[in-house]
Amino acid sequence: MIVKRIESVNDFVIKFANVNGTGSASANNLFAKALFRMGLPVSPKNIFPSNIQGLPTWYEVRVNDKGYLGRRGGIDIALSVNPQSMAQDIREVLPGGYFVYDSTKPLDLRLHRDDITIIGVPLTRICNEQYDDPRQRQLFKNVIYVGALAALLDMDFKVLTGLVEDQFKGKKNLVLPNIHALELGYQHARNNLDCPIGIRVEKSDKVGDKILLDGNTALGLGALYGGATVAAWYPITPSTSVVDAFEKYAKRVRIDPGTGQRNYAIVQAEDELAAIGMAIGASWNGARSFTATSGPGVSLMSEFLGLAYFAEIPTVLFNVQRAGPSTGMPTRTQQADILSCAYASHGDTKQVLLFPSTPKECFDFGALSFDLAERLQTPIILMTDLDLGMNDNMSEPLAWDDDHKYDRGKVLTAEQLEAGVEFGRYLDVDGDAICYRTYPGTHPTKGAFFTRGTSRNEYAVYTEKGEEYEANMLRLLRKWDTINEYVPAPITVDCGKDTDTAVLYFGTSEESSREALDHLVAEGVYLNAMRVRAFPFNKDVQEFIERHKQVFVIEQNRDAQLRTLLMAEFEFGPDKLKSVLCFDGTPISARNIRKQIKKHLNSDNVLPLHRDTALLRTGERS
Amino acid sequence: MSYQLPKFRHPDLPVNDLGYTRADYEGAISTLCAGCGHDSISGAIVRACHELSIEPHKIAKLSGIGCSSKAPTYFLGNSHGFNSVHGRMPSVVTGAALANRDMLYMGVSGDGDTASIGMGQFAHVARRNLNMVYIVMNNGCYGLTKGQDSATADRGSASKKGDANIYSAIDLCGTALQMGATFVARSFSGDKEQLIPLIKAAISHRGFALIDVVSPCVTFNNNTKSTKSYEFVREHAEATGTIDFVPMHNEITTEYQPGHAHEVTMHDGSSIRLYKMDESLNPFDRRSAVNVLEEHRSSGNILTGLIYMNLDSRDLHEVLETSQRPLNALDESDLCPGNKMLLNINASLR
Repeated sequence: MIVKRIESVNDFVIKFANVNGTGSASANNLFAKALFRMGLPVSPKNIFPSNIQGLPTWYEVRVNDKGYLGRRGGIDIALSVNPQSMAQDIREVLPGGYFVYDSTKPLDLRLHRDDITIIGVPLTRICNEQYDDPRQRQLFKNVIYVGALAALLDMDFKVLTGLVEDQFKGKKNLVLPNIHALELGYQHARNNLDCPIGIRVEKSDKVGDKILLDGNTALGLGALYGGATVAAWYPITPSTSVVDAFEKYAKRVRIDPGTGQRNYAIVQAEDELAAIGMAIGASWNGARSFTATSGPGVSLMSEFLGLAYFAEIPTVLFNVQRAGPSTGMPTRTQQADILSCAYASHGDTKQVLLFPSTPKECFDFGALSFDLAERLQTPIILMTDLDLGMNDNMSEPLAWDDDHKYDRGKVLTAEQLEAGVEFGRYLDVDGDAICYRTYPGTHPTKGAFFTRGTSRNEYAVYTEKGEEYEANMLRLLRKWDTINEYVPAPITVDCGKDTDTAVLYFGTSEESSREALDHLVAEGVYLNAMRVRAFPFNKDVQEFIERHKQVFVIEQNRDAQLRTLLMAEFEFGPDKLKSVLCFDGTPISARNIRKQIKKHLNSDNVLPLHRDTALLRTGERS
Repeated sequence: MSYQLPKFRHPDLPVNDLGYTRADYEGAISTLCAGCGHDSISGAIVRACHELSIEPHKIAKLSGIGCSSKAPTYFLGNSHGFNSVHGRMPSVVTGAALANRDMLYMGVSGDGDTASIGMGQFAHVARRNLNMVYIVMNNGCYGLTKGQDSATADRGSASKKGDANIYSAIDLCGTALQMGATFVARSFSGDKEQLIPLIKAAISHRGFALIDVVSPCVTFNNNTKSTKSYEFVREHAEATGTIDFVPMHNEITTEYQPGHAHEVTMHDGSSIRLYKMDESLNPFDRRSAVNVLEEHRSSGNILTGLIYMNLDSRDLHEVLETSQRPLNALDESDLCPGNKMLLNINASLR
């Protein structure tokens, strides 16, 4: 079979197949960052097992001159150094694509494909000839294939060497061997292979001043800039690196150089119950605090979230979502905690959710969370996911307004208490349903009160009177309206044509949705779009849905959780909102979104029962 | 409902060094059962804090859920209180204490709240040596849900319902010692002479101070077959000794027999004098404390008094090297590095 080989400039997907624990991640990262430095938009994604050493792991990099950063689906080039997954890896290559492998051992003939270009580089042999130390053989093998790729794709070799010099600044003993390994691969490819292949790269200017950053680091920085002083957490993938980042930067800027004293405290708790208990205790006592977790942690934290909602204690929770339920797929992505967070805890509760979709928004919303928590006196749950949290994402640069003063919310001072201001902890004195609080220790005889999870009257005294309980619960509902004025508003993208159909998405579905909409426009399908950025939903969300006949809600879970939430809050009928879903643990792709939307549009006149389910069963994936 | 105490007080009530009467340390009227041991403990806390001249608003009282955890409403009415979630008081205190190191943290819990649902948090707060007083009002049963056995009920002990407990008991003092607590004491709600100085010593101790106070439940667990009844405890309590607590600024005037008394200076400059009755116990040696505790347990007696104290330990703030200024007093000028640093970070990410 003769298939035309894929030819493209600055537009391809490459997938590295490695063994985890072999140091491949930093080499692959070097490759992605070099392309980024050449001015090319890249979106690297780590697809890793829940394991430390020895299992297959992949690193997928999409390069796209148009700036589409979502997962595209389909592999143009596979780089395989893991025999365990080789059969799968070669199968995944698109017809006309390229398969680069370690040819020290010949390729199993059964795996051979005629419709792709197979390129052998004897990586192990080169290493064995160059290095005696087995550890070096393993580490530099990764760097050597990056060098070979540089030749195969016609990359700017100087960018690679410059990057190595930057990464190991001042460590000459690391710089030179890495550059040597890059050259080994580069020269081998130049001397022995057809370079470049049909896919190649050229310098571009599509990156501007953007940065390449993972969402978790951005969140850690957001907490630092937002003035968090107490961080309590329990290790869980994929949220662990949030606190790691907070600590890394806090060590730099929050330690008094003279005394060595720290303007922060980090406690690794015994479990998630304790982690959020500590965060709540600290913010009750007037410090800004946070915890970071993922789905299983949220389940454990729910009881405390109910207390903080009901007793109106500020706190910040960063939820880096992963695939559930239960332990689920701990190293795969999903947006499947929407409902469990929106209504976290027993009884009537509503929790504030923020949905960032870029590292810049992780930083901005991360810092904003602390202002919101104290202003609104309630938990703020920031909902990100593994895809955004653990992968390097291209992002607007981070920025901070040096004139910004923290909003500490309604807190009575000793002077105000002394002057005789009436204090009722749950007394709404100015109609926004948010009441004044006092920090412990403020005044010797005034302003003390008892915080409790039990029902209480406006002066924080225990009550079992139904009317007092009810009045308080209704005030909390009115407070929900106030909250709505403070949370980030949705962003609307008008397609410029008269249409009664739209899409609605949030978080990490943005990039793929944007790309899918562009493709649909090319096919003559015009859709308006809205990106929701918070719960409670802004009135604009309601109006947007109302003014369209049909809205496709794009989300990364099985049960259409955001759609359920929209229907619960606004009482839209099920026909109005149709689901576009992906929940296989990989980030949703543009192709997938486009296919599902088209299927909806084409089947609009013949509606089978359980249409959504039928659609899913066809196994639409790309 | 809770009711406030009447405000009227005799004009000649004695005042402490700060000018406060004992009434300034009282709380709302108790709604616990008449004769409940917990009320006596509340009274002892009021007296200890008054006599130590601690400013009431510089104390925070925190609890979990249960009869014991309701008790903080009934003392220290001018202090902030936090009645949190069942078994989770230790984590809330940990966060609160990290936020402001300048206050005294008084945790109140029960045997269900500590030895069952909160066992994990109890173990870890002890292990972290958080600077707090942790009082367990231990009655061996779940009062609010009508008298089920708790994990501190002795095997064979029977509550009012009459069935003997079939599981072995958790000894909170022994557990605390194993977990690394640096001050461990046991007392009896009916023995104020012992309890008040113990509370004072616990307050002065820098680090985690546990006082396990046996506190009979008059309604569900004060019958003849119970080992947590007033009668049983009175008959079987064996004190390690008696202690006097001498605040820092008071001149030492108490007479004591040389050779029998042991005087120890606390971190805050006050001192305690221990008159030992049990010569086998060295309360500054953990192994000795564990042994003596175990000996009394196997002989069916309840060891009370100061069991262990480590004056050289480092509390959580020292371990974490947190700022001397309370973290909750810091503002953006202390905490926010500003846009300039972001410019550098951005540059490193290109």
